[in-house]
Amino acid sequence: MSSVKVICTECPMGCEIEVLVNGDEISVEGYGCKRGREYAEAEVVCPRRVVTSTVRSSTGRMVPVKTERPVKRSEIFAVMEKINAAGCSLPVRIGDVIVRCVSEDINVIATANVD
Amino acid sequence: MKGNYDLVIIGGGPAGLAAAVAAYDSGVEDILILEREPILGGILNQCIHNGFGLTRFKESLSGPEYAARFISEVEKRSITVLTNTAVLSLDKGKLVTAMNAEEGVFTVQAKAVILAMGCRERSRGALNVAGSRAAGVYSAGTAQKYVNVFGYMPGKRVVILGSGDIGLIMARRMTLEGAKVLAVCEIMPQTSGLKRNIAQCLDDFGIPLYLNHTVTKIEGDERVTGVVVSKVDENRKPIAGTEIHFDCDTVLFSVGLIPENELTKGAGIELSRGTRGAVVTQSRETSESGVFACGNVLQVHDLVDFVSEEAEIAGVSAARYILGGEVKRDAVEVKNGKNILYVCPQLIDKSVGGKVKLFFRVTDTFKAPTVTVRCGNGAVQTKKLKVAVPGEMQSIVLSEETVRGLNGSVEVLVEVDQ
Ligand code: SF4
Repeated sequence: MSSVKVICTECPMGCEIEVLVNGDEISVEGYGCKRGREYAEAEVVCPRRVVTSTVRSSTGRMVPVKTERPVKRSEIFAVMEKINAAGCSLPVRIGDVIVRCVSEDINVIATANVD
Repeated sequence: MKGNYDLVIIGGGPAGLAAAVAAYDSGVEDILILEREPILGGILNQCIHNGFGLTRFKESLSGPEYAARFISEVEKRSITVLTNTAVLSLDKGKLVTAMNAEEGVFTVQAKAVILAMGCRERSRGALNVAGSRAAGVYSAGTAQKYVNVFGYMPGKRVVILGSGDIGLIMARRMTLEGAKVLAVCEIMPQTSGLKRNIAQCLDDFGIPLYLNHTVTKIEGDERVTGVVVSKVDENRKPIAGTEIHFDCDTVLFSVGLIPENELTKGAGIELSRGTRGAVVTQSRETSESGVFACGNVLQVHDLVDFVSEEAEIAGVSAARYILGGEVKRDAVEVKNGKNILYVCPQLIDKSVGGKVKLFFRVTDTFKAPTVTVRCGNGAVQTKKLKVAVPGEMQSIVLSEETVRGLNGSVEVLVEVDQ
């Protein structure tokens, strides 16, 4: 049996959650709410993160972007490479797709309105 | 340009925007926002990471997305905004002097003013690190602007001094952009940043955090070539023989934020030594009636969600002042008790009515402490916390009844049960 300590990042409470793994069985302790329980479980099984970065637009202005959903943590640097190879033209609105399918079927979208 | 407005808001960041919307919705439509930068949104524009809005919107937004929600609310209400406009002074009669390229220097007479200028970073100067003034030393916020707004990397091998949130965020950001972050050094035994930033920004990337360590030397003449980091004793003095050397080309300082109160001082408004912002009532009214303050210019917040909440209080209060006129204060003082760094607001005005939420910071780390608000010899409110750390602002609410019953100054204190 092994135990993993996870700091929940889903809200400012930052609960310290303990995940106990016993073969296929997983039990979770110390969570403040359901969301945290799910987060802690995922942290042990397959941690995921939203990646945020910027893409240079045709005018040189930087456009802030993010993955529309969390990508596998192990994929973060591969995703960054794709974001850094991309460009975009202006204007962009929040939610516009800037790079398609950077990991699985997850797109990178703009997070600011830039004219 | 119009020479007078009911309400003038100084600063178009998260505080100014939320205050404007709240004042408008409380019946004051004649509002002017003055913003120094070319666009609204303040510091949020360079905070491209996510994690904003978890409390308020129950989703994780990036800084620009959070700002955009408030900017569109301001736009919907046709509130007047002047960007690229610097405010030079505020005088006792609520006359605001400002300057921009189109108008030159001009004045605006306000019935009420909301101060929402935000904060700035503490500089390296305040720390006295030995070494020549080599290039490659930046505040974390400046580096953030270079990377996120200008798209330019300040360096390749980085050491970060101080564990403030911006420093932690920049440790991750520069790592993602290909830099090697060698260490984050914190002189205190605990970090000053949020726990979730330690987890997501350092632990995820294996960036070492050195607690009880400080930079004792920055090497290099024209450009930084390395730093020396030493362990400190209980008195925060470096211990000889504990030096660690890092080869690096960049040093970032993330050693705290200070409310930007030059205008406030100029207006003769009383400042608090604890928060370094104005002394205010729960309405966020300063010592000058009709002048309100909110957001990081009042107290440095950890979360923008609370900035918005505070700004709405200021906006509603300013509207009440404009529409209803000045009400005579019936204020009691809120004092810092045991283990408390500061409490905001510093005054409770009983003439206002309603409940009062007191924000505070503790001086140290406390496990399972009890917060007590005392009036005279009796506790009027208590609250148990799981943990309290200086890096995370806490709050305790006094009900309307409790506030009505206060018959003298109150004291907030934090204790760990034996
Ligand atoms: S477990 Fe729930 S309450 Fe605790 S930090 Fe996570 S989301 Fe917040």
